[in-house]
Amino acid sequence: MRGKVNRMGFRQKPIGGRFEIYSWYFMRLSGAVLLLIAVAHLMLMHVVIRVENIDFGTVEARWLGPWGPFWRLYDLSLLVFALLHGFNGLRWVIDDYIQRPGWNIIIKGLALLLLIIVILMGAYAIFSFRG
Amino acid sequence: MGRLIASLWKGVTYRGREGHYAFILHRAAGLGVLAFLILHVFDIFLVTFGEEVFNEFLQLYTHPIARIAEVGLIFGVVYHAFNGLRIIIIDFWPKTTVYERQMWRMVMLITLILTAIAGYFTLAPIFE
Repeated sequence: MRGKVNRMGFRQKPIGGRFEIYSWYFMRLSGAVLLLIAVAHLMLMHVVIRVENIDFGTVEARWLGPWGPFWRLYDLSLLVFALLHGFNGLRWVIDDYIQRPGWNIIIKGLALLLLIIVILMGAYAIFSFRG
Repeated sequence: MGRLIASLWKGVTYRGREGHYAFILHRAAGLGVLAFLILHVFDIFLVTFGEEVFNEFLQLYTHPIARIAEVGLIFGVVYHAFNGLRIIIIDFWPKTTVYERQMWRMVMLITLILTAIAGYFTLAPIFE
């Protein structure tokens, strides 16, 4: 059982269902982490490095340089936290707007499949990169 | 399909002032950022095909329309992040609910400032 969206527009803490309780806490925990690492990533790329300077060499400098292991870990954290947070949010949105049980399950199943593919692709890129 | 449109319509036309706009914008920004995130994993995955393929694909982002969309992305990420912080504050310290409108205005202010700064550096190359 998932908590309803109250009059203020906030999702109240859900009652019952262990998974939904963890899901509720996870969104807040991962959200706080992403507020730091995703906003820092966005500002680093747009203000410090600047998008017009980004190319293959940027990736080489990031993943193969002396701080390579740090950046690979940073990017893996971004990948995992952002995708789990994003797809869990998508699951809530699907539950809110797609009420027919059949379609609800089918679309959530497709979303889960996409999540698995995208996580594997991202992790493969991060760890297989040799320049 | 009719039910989907009806529930979406109800979600947009419900008049709940700031709290309602905050909710709609949070949801729209979240979905938009997720869409870009999936595209972003695909573009980074292209590094595994070598320098030429990767750089070729990145050219797509230099188009003026892509740069403008990117400013939308910056707005979406920053808004979703700081409005999310507002939600966390209200959830864990319910007494702060009385300040939710002021906090939302603060979120909008931070969002506009950071979007202006990062957006400036993103759009500037178009005019060079």
